[in-house]
Amino acid sequence: MNGGTMLGAMRSVLARDLMLAGRRPVDVVTALFFFVIVVSLFPLGIGPEGQILHAIAPGVVWVAALLASMLSLTRLFEADFVDGTLEQMILAPQPLSLIVLGKVSAHWLVTGAPLVLMSPLLGLQFGLSGEALMILALALLLGTPALSFIGALGAALTVGLRGGGALLALLILPLCVPVLIFGAGAVDAAATGMETGAHLSLLGAFLVMALCFGPWVTAAALRIALD
Amino acid sequence: MAVNWFKYSSPPAFYPLAGRLIPWFAAAAAVLALIGIYVGLVVAPTDYQQGDSYRIIFIHVPAAWMSMFIYLVMAVYAGIGLIFNTRLSGYMARALAPTGAMFTFIALWTGALWGRPTWGAWWVWDARLTSELILLFLYLGYISLYAAIDDPRRAARASGLLALIGAVNVPIIYFSVKWWNTLHQGASISLTKAPTMAATMLTGMMIMAVAAWCYTIAVALMRVRCEILEREVHSEWAAEQLAREAR
Repeated sequence: MNGGTMLGAMRSVLARDLMLAGRRPVDVVTALFFFVIVVSLFPLGIGPEGQILHAIAPGVVWVAALLASMLSLTRLFEADFVDGTLEQMILAPQPLSLIVLGKVSAHWLVTGAPLVLMSPLLGLQFGLSGEALMILALALLLGTPALSFIGALGAALTVGLRGGGALLALLILPLCVPVLIFGAGAVDAAATGMETGAHLSLLGAFLVMALCFGPWVTAAALRIALD
Repeated sequence: MAVNWFKYSSPPAFYPLAGRLIPWFAAAAAVLALIGIYVGLVVAPTDYQQGDSYRIIFIHVPAAWMSMFIYLVMAVYAGIGLIFNTRLSGYMARALAPTGAMFTFIALWTGALWGRPTWGAWWVWDARLTSELILLFLYLGYISLYAAIDDPRRAARASGLLALIGAVNVPIIYFSVKWWNTLHQGASISLTKAPTMAATMLTGMMIMAVAAWCYTIAVALMRVRCEILEREVHSEWAAEQLAREAR
C-alpha cells in the first residue's frame, strides 16, 4: 500500500461526508441556528446594558459554540454504524485513523466553519471592537477543530448507545475546559487591550495535539465499540 | 520460593483472596479512623488563626488526596486491562470509581464548609476547587458510560479508554484552570501559604489518610467481588460460589 491510496481513502471519506451533508442541508443549518439563537438569548435573559454584555460576550459566544458543536456530534458515526458502513471502514486496509481524520474534517467543515464565519456578526451584537471580533473568529478557527476532534472521541465511545446525546455531553464537556478557557481568554484579552499571543499559541498547541492523537484514539474507541 | 503473581489475575483465584483480605483492611480502616479522629479532635492544638474550624482538615485533605490518587489507580488498571486484555483489571477500575467519586464529593463539600468561616464564602473559583469539580465530572462520566453499555466487555474497555484519556487531561485541565485563575485575578486567597503545621496535626492527617486508604481497598474489594460474580455467573465456579453463599 502506498501513501497515495491511504490519503485517497481519507479524501474519498471526506468527499462522501460532504456530499451527504449537502444532500441534507437542514442538518447543517440547524447547528448554526442553534448557535445564533443561544447567543441571542443571553441579552434577553441578562438585560440590554452594554457594559455587562460587552464583558460576557467572549464567554457566551464560546460556550454557545461548544454546545452547538456537541449538537451534531451524535450523528458523526451513528448513520454509518446503523447501515454497516462503519464496520467496512474498520475492515478496510487503509488505517482507520486516517478515515476518522477524513470524517472529522468533514464534520468541522460542515458545522465548525459556519460558526467561525458567523461569530463576528454575533460579536458585533455584543458591542465588541473590530480587533476583538477578528481575534474571536481566529480563536474559534483554532478552537473548533480541536472541539471536533475531542467530540469525535466521545461519539466513538457512545456509538450505538441509548441516550447517546446527553451521555456524550457528560463525557466530552469536561475535556473541553482548556479550549474554552483559552478561547474565551483570547477574546477577553483582545477586548481589554491586552496581548493575545499566549492564548492563541496555547489554542494552536491544543489543536496540534488533538490532530495528532485524536484520530488515533478515536479509531481505538471505534474498534472497541464494534468488537 | 517463586511466587506466581499472575495467579491472582484470574477472577476465580482472586475472589477468595479478596474475601480473606476485606476484614483486615476494614478493621484497619475503622481502628485508624478512630485514632485519627481522636488525635485530630482532642490531641491536636487549636490553630491560632483559624480556631477550631481548621479541624475539618482531617477529613478534607485525605479525601482530596484519595480523590486524585484513586483516579490515577483507576487509569492504571484501565491501561493494564486495555494492553493485556485482562478481565480483572476492568473490574477493579470499575470498583474504584464510586469510591473515588465519593471522596471527590467529600473533598468539595468539606472544602465548602471550611471555606465559609475562613474565607467568608462557600465557593470560590480557585484553581484547585475548579479542577476538583471537573474531576468529579470525569468520575461521573466514567460511571455513566460504564452503566450505559450493556455488553460487559465493551463497557470495561470503552470506559477504560475514557479513564486513560481523562488521566492524560487532568494535568492539562489543572494548569489551564490555574492560568485562567491568575489571569482573571479572582479571589486573592492563597491556599499554598498555609502556616506551618504542628506535628500532631500532621500526624492526625497522616493517620486519617492511611485509614481512607484502607477503607478504599476494603470497599473496592467488596465491590469487585460482586462484579466478578455478576460477570462470571455463566461459569461453573461462580455458579457454585453463588449456591454456597445462598445457603
